[in-house]
Amino acid sequence: MAQVSSVAEGKTTKSVTLRIARYNPKHDSKKQFMEFNLQYERWTTVLEAILDVKKHFDHSVAVRYSCRQATCGSCGMIINGKPRLACFTKISELESDVVTVEPMNNFPIIRDLAVKFERLFDTHHKIKPYLIRDDSEITSNEKEFLQSPEELENYIQFANCIKCGLCNSACPTMATDSSFIGPQALAQAYRYVADSRDKGKDSRLKIIDDSHGIWRCHFAGSCSQVCPKGVDPAMGIQFLRGYMLGFRS
Amino acid sequence: MEPKDENKEGIGGMINPRRYGIERVAYILMRLSGLGLLAYFIGHIYETSSILKGEVGWAEFLELTQTNEGHAVLAIVIGMCVFHTVNGIRVMLGHGGVGVGRPARPDYPYLPASQNSRHKMGIYSAIVLAAIAMLYGLAVMYGE
Repeated sequence: MAQVSSVAEGKTTKSVTLRIARYNPKHDSKKQFMEFNLQYERWTTVLEAILDVKKHFDHSVAVRYSCRQATCGSCGMIINGKPRLACFTKISELESDVVTVEPMNNFPIIRDLAVKFERLFDTHHKIKPYLIRDDSEITSNEKEFLQSPEELENYIQFANCIKCGLCNSACPTMATDSSFIGPQALAQAYRYVADSRDKGKDSRLKIIDDSHGIWRCHFAGSCSQVCPKGVDPAMGIQFLRGYMLGFRS
Repeated sequence: MEPKDENKEGIGGMINPRRYGIERVAYILMRLSGLGLLAYFIGHIYETSSILKGEVGWAEFLELTQTNEGHAVLAIVIGMCVFHTVNGIRVMLGHGGVGVGRPARPDYPYLPASQNSRHKMGIYSAIVLAAIAMLYGLAVMYGE
């Protein structure tokens, strides 16, 4: 365990201990935590603190990030016990002198804070995340598929998904079932089933009507509580189940 | 792929009640009460099968339920039964899309509509009703 003090320049208001999980599955048997004492401002995000560590103390810390504005969904991690986006979480809002960052649960670890997304992308692709129709906007005489504002409201919330994986990390079923399709893919299945332009409802419902599909969701709602974009996967999954049970058409 | 490589939270993470509010607590209580009722059901079959040993055997087994420990177990069974029933109705309604809100463009801070006050009230009601039923059951068992 290492302990390092900040030498960062600039005006600061408070200090925090950042604990970063270090783990390389190729040669480590378990996670180790490195501690860094940092200065931070009211607006400093956890991602900025991690990048500060990489710049000044230890450049070998592995972390995935890109946009820094909660759009790309790359920097999901466990921050003080809960799945959050590091770029969307200010240290000041955690109200703690110690911030612990770990890789997301239920995702295989590449190294340190970076995890593999293959399975999430596979399940996302499995539910056919595109409009299914016999005709095309390119060749249709109408040129585009018309949709009323009310029809748009049925699914636009679920189109905000950035595939960050926080919902899958919080899900209690994902914690034990390696084959569960997961709240991210199920919410995206609803997004397309509820789209008035789509004609692929039956094929999607058939995909999720599986012993490791929608029936393994027990409405714990943790997925919705951690979603950084307000997608509310739990709502979508219950509506999707309504289609399967015949409450919706 | 080895389970260790999957970095799964496992059962310990699944039953951790501290991070995701009352909905996750209800989820855990639902699992525990379901398993508890299943165990009681098996025990109940074993208990009633003692009648095959005749009246004496049946009476001997019934005496087990007349102790303080027996009363405590039955009170817990009553609590599990009431909570599982009431919360089960809430969950079934939710599964049908009842009371989970309507899709809408989300606004910051993105409070999920599916975790609304109606469902929270349903969970608290299930817990309170289970507690009342347990107290009533204990009062009946102790003859007061």
